[in-house]
Amino acid sequence: MSHGPSASGGALPLKGAPHDHHDVPHEPVFTGARRHDIDAILLKYPTKMAALLPALWIVQEARGWVSEGGMAEVAALLDLSPAYVKGVVSFYTMYHQHPVGKYFVQVCTTTPCNVCGAEDVVNTFLEQTRCLELGATSPDGRFTVIEVECLGACGFATPVMINSEFLESVTPDSVPDILAELA
Amino acid sequence: MGYPHASHPRESAVLSKHFGDPAARTLDGWKARGGYQALEKALAMSPADIVTIVKDSGLRGRGGAGFPTGLKWSFMKPGDGRPHYLCCNADESEPGTFKDREIMRWTPHALVEGCALGAYAIGAETAYIYIRGEFTEPLAYMNAAVKEAYDAGILGANAMGTGKRVDVHVHKGAGAYICGEETALMNSLEGRRGNPRITPPFPAVSGLFGKPTTINNVETLVAAVEIVKLGAAWYKQWGRADNPKSTGTKLYSVCGNIARPGNYEVPMGFPFKDFLWDLCGGPLPGRTIKAVIPGGSSVPIMTAEEAEGALMDYEGFVAAGTMLGSGGVIVFDDAQNMVKQIARLARFYAHESCAQCTQCREGTAWTTKILERIRDGQGTATDLDTLLDIGESMTGKTICVLSDSCAVPVVSGIAKFRNEFEALLPKSRNVVSVSQAVA
Ligand SMILES: Cc1cc2nc3c(=O)[nH]c(=O)nc-3n(C[C@H](O)[C@H](O)[C@H](O)COP(=O)(O)O)c2cc1C
Ligand code: SF4
Ligand code: FES
Repeated sequence: MSHGPSASGGALPLKGAPHDHHDVPHEPVFTGARRHDIDAILLKYPTKMAALLPALWIVQEARGWVSEGGMAEVAALLDLSPAYVKGVVSFYTMYHQHPVGKYFVQVCTTTPCNVCGAEDVVNTFLEQTRCLELGATSPDGRFTVIEVECLGACGFATPVMINSEFLESVTPDSVPDILAELA
Repeated sequence: MGYPHASHPRESAVLSKHFGDPAARTLDGWKARGGYQALEKALAMSPADIVTIVKDSGLRGRGGAGFPTGLKWSFMKPGDGRPHYLCCNADESEPGTFKDREIMRWTPHALVEGCALGAYAIGAETAYIYIRGEFTEPLAYMNAAVKEAYDAGILGANAMGTGKRVDVHVHKGAGAYICGEETALMNSLEGRRGNPRITPPFPAVSGLFGKPTTINNVETLVAAVEIVKLGAAWYKQWGRADNPKSTGTKLYSVCGNIARPGNYEVPMGFPFKDFLWDLCGGPLPGRTIKAVIPGGSSVPIMTAEEAEGALMDYEGFVAAGTMLGSGGVIVFDDAQNMVKQIARLARFYAHESCAQCTQCREGTAWTTKILERIRDGQGTATDLDTLLDIGESMTGKTICVLSDSCAVPVVSGIAKFRNEFEALLPKSRNVVSVSQAVA
């Protein structure tokens, strides 16, 4: 469950964000190719509800996060209530309920990586991206850095995810090169 | 093999034989390495005969609990007129464990084959592979392999031309350790919050979508492929002569303060000392090993001395006071503070608790809070007793064993490294109670 950013709880709301939840009208996600994708996914399961996690992934891939409008659209699509969908979204750490930086950086700091120096890696990311705290987005809007729990790659300490890119064996020394490669 | 290192001569690479070989990833590559022979053979057999072979092999679940796989499969009754399901547990999130990731990255078709074979054996037409959402690379390889298998007619309504229906679908998780617990996984797949279910009913009676369901770990299913192909007797060649309860090979993930981290596959009963020093290269230069957790973060911590005397199988680790668990070996050297690291583990469990059960929700949170204050030099004389009390109240009382798992490193850590805890507790407060101090 998501309990805040200090241990992989996800991003903090952006302060004064332009796209606050209720201000921007929701533009439908499930049109064209994405409508086709979800129709194909629905065939894999005996219930519509089982397509909920896949549908939320489609929303997040399209928009970068899952807004209230996105949840309402998914709810209507799968015959669920928006409140139910929100309850599910908030259970899982990977769905962003707020906009995040262009690059969402997740550094594993659980024990096996911790004993290999993962805290130095996360601190280096925080400094060099100018994110002031875990879960906060950098002033230029490019980076959000969080700690994440075990990424299932403990022999490659420290693993770091940047959006869907999975990096292995990251050290404080390799952080500048990693950041330089990001446009 | 010891991916990312070269194979060690003392390994018995069966499941990891093709790790590091990208050519094994494609359908053609997999077939050239003997792939899909087991499935072809299985589809020509009766499901009951497959279950018998797996039972005879002695294979036990590699996801952590070690439940006999053939026996689990025999709980399913093919032909009872209800849909059956197979779930493959690829949620791999137990700290220290990263073996299923390598199986999916290097031999995705082995898992497709294992799922198809397992599904057929339990009378299921559909298998779902639940892969944690962070595993972007394994997800891509598994999706590609499933597509290749459909395009080649291996999966689908007429699997391998036998007229039998076998569907395999990949389902992407969304970040939650608890979804590796089998009933939570089923809830998550159904589109619910990943809360574990109260059992009974057990999954074989009412599992996914309320239908009879079997759930198996990735490594279990790929081992079943080799067993069906080469036979139960072949599989039983591995193991201690005096311990028929643990058979075959086991993949271990090794991480933490060790010279050569990575995956290693050894026969059941292998000496843990040789494993740590010869295969994994022992401690980092200039350091000594202080503690080892041999089976993922949920099993008791061993001292280096205890580890050196252990034999690596289910019974061997129990005899050494711990468990084989998931095979995730975490090594701590003398540069580590055990209080800090046990506190970090507690934080993991507190973060991952689904919060349904009071003992777990409160217990994991308080355990973390107390351990962190001891770590920071703010502990009190009674903190260790309080931690042990909380540990007791968290054990054997909840819907699933995540709660117990949080207490395990704390209780075993205090038992074995009490000096490190006491060193952080202020001495004066240790001996002088408040009333004495003011008197
Ligand atoms: C909190 C918790 C997390 C678990 N995580 C996993 C996991 O990531 N992968 C896994 O295979 N089993 C995991 N298990 C064990 C499963 O519940 C189940 O026993 C296993 O998947 C059965 O497969 P097997 O018989 O092939 O081992 C977990 C159990 C618990 C209580
Ligand atoms: S023990 Fe913890 S994780 Fe398991 S069901 Fe209860 S609250 Fe959830
Ligand atoms: S603890 Fe970092 S990947 Fe497992």
